[in-house]
Amino acid sequence: MPESAGPIALRHETSARAGALFLVFAAAITVAPWLAPYDPGRQFDGYPFAPPMRPHLVDDSGAWHAPFAYALRLVDPIERRYEEDRTKRVTFASAEPWFLLGSDGFGRDVLSRVLAGARLSLGVAGLSTILALLIGATAGAAAGYGGGWIDAVLMRVADLVIVLPAIYLVLALRGALPLVLSTREVFIALVAVLGLVGWPSAARGVRGIILIETKTEYAEAARALGAGWWRVIGRHLLPATRGFLAVQALVLVPAFVMAEATLSFVGLGFSPPTPSWGAMLQDAGAGRTAAEAPWLLAPGVAIIVVVLAVHMAEQSRDPLLWGREGS
Amino acid sequence: MLAFLLRRAVAALVLVFAVTSAALLLAQLAPGDFASREIGRTPEEMAAERHRLGLDLPVAEQYRRWLKRSLTLDLGESFQYQRPVIDLVRAGAANTALLAATALIVATLVGIPSGILTGSRRRGWLPRVIRGTSLLLLSVPPLISSLVLLTIAARTGWLPVAGIGGVSHLVVPTLALALPIAAMLERLQAQSIGDALVRPSAMAARARGIPTIRVVWRHGWRQSLGPILAIYGVIVGSLFSGSFAVEYVTSWPGLGNLMREALMTRDTYLVAGCAAAGAVCLAIGVLAADVAHAAADPRVRSDA
Repeated sequence: MPESAGPIALRHETSARAGALFLVFAAAITVAPWLAPYDPGRQFDGYPFAPPMRPHLVDDSGAWHAPFAYALRLVDPIERRYEEDRTKRVTFASAEPWFLLGSDGFGRDVLSRVLAGARLSLGVAGLSTILALLIGATAGAAAGYGGGWIDAVLMRVADLVIVLPAIYLVLALRGALPLVLSTREVFIALVAVLGLVGWPSAARGVRGIILIETKTEYAEAARALGAGWWRVIGRHLLPATRGFLAVQALVLVPAFVMAEATLSFVGLGFSPPTPSWGAMLQDAGAGRTAAEAPWLLAPGVAIIVVVLAVHMAEQSRDPLLWGREGS
Repeated sequence: MLAFLLRRAVAALVLVFAVTSAALLLAQLAPGDFASREIGRTPEEMAAERHRLGLDLPVAEQYRRWLKRSLTLDLGESFQYQRPVIDLVRAGAANTALLAATALIVATLVGIPSGILTGSRRRGWLPRVIRGTSLLLLSVPPLISSLVLLTIAARTGWLPVAGIGGVSHLVVPTLALALPIAAMLERLQAQSIGDALVRPSAMAARARGIPTIRVVWRHGWRQSLGPILAIYGVIVGSLFSGSFAVEYVTSWPGLGNLMREALMTRDTYLVAGCAAAGAVCLAIGVLAADVAHAAADPRVRSDA
């Protein structure tokens, strides 16, 4: 059947892309804090709001070096004006710091903090996606296979959650927890809250697929051979939802990255000394800080890159994003 | 049409009731309350304060009383502001609605025509640029778009950066909220009109000698309306979600800021009031989108 060959191939391609993307994110979470040139909490005295320092390969005399920057000197502490010291070359190993993406108000390296923040921000997004899909698949399977009142109750709840603006739901649930928490507790709280808000669309899709697949001959054959409901669902029906769940994951991850940023930004997520992307943006958003030091918006760029990467992975699947070239 | 409207209105009422009750109960069950907020109070003072605010009653009793009063539109009094919740909420909701409505209009005026352009013409630099911009904008959450616009406004000094006032105060928050939605509408409209233009009816119109531009903007556009109107219900929700971040960044005194503050100070009735107002606005928005969709496409009225 040539008609069905397309969608199935696409579905496999998308799962493969989603899987690859998750691997990339996992690698980034593990490696990024390692790549950071400085400790994310280290404060360099005398370097508040230092601008990004451009990398050079050739110095003024025309000699070649390993990548380096020229040292900065604070000439006006009140206006926070810096001057390049063209005689002094700095690298990540030298006594003076090299702020590739500038420094924040405490003289901390923005690049190191963005890299360290990847672990928290992507970690929350990844784990809460997994949690949301687990709840969604379970609820969807229960609704689709169980039918009757289980189906009715679960789907009404799902409808309600879908209709509400997600961020308010997240806000209300987070607000119901203690306001001051340690970083570890915030991490767990955010994963739990986001997982609880994100499951309904996954549940609806899984339910639909299960309703169709239960009527197929292979499912009936499994039942005829004496397989219990547990085995029929887990072994035969749920694998059919794999492609759908991969697509769902690609929808949820960017939404959750944004949700973490928003919550931390308004003071209900990670709080400032912790380098999560949202908490860093909170620093940048205070007063006129970002206007004077626009490099503090670097975590925002990191978020855009992540979301864009996920949208690219969706490319083959989502006509909303890409249109259909050449059709 | 009347039965359809009635069904939707009942669903909206249920939504408002469920959301408000859930918000109130959630806020009551949260650890800590308004009386325990101030440091340095003796237990006796705290107990007296709780009694004054009615927080010493069982949760079920508090809920029952609140429910009875709210039937007469008395949503209680805010602990923090010591003013009726309904007044605070009304002002916040009006500001949010103003922001959301302006953003929706801007997004529609920008998104739909550019979508028709990119959907009907694939070659040329203009559709390419629009498509690329849309893809980028779709990846920019309102939090970041508002931060970036704010930075630009502050650096150039062209526009006021915060608060509420004349039309110029509306520019930054509106654009921050509208641009991602305009991008979404553009992509959708492009897709939808692309589909409409390959239908036999469009081909027949062209074969009769009707100029392409008329086929696109008159015939194709009408047929592509269905899917677009269907998405407006969803957009109302994302307007609310987006406006929360935008309001906070630009200090826009809307419902989002009010609700955040109420949650953090454990101002229980204000939380419930905000939830109620939000749910009412949402229900009205979704209802309006549904009605527009049903008016354009009779098939929608029978099912759902």
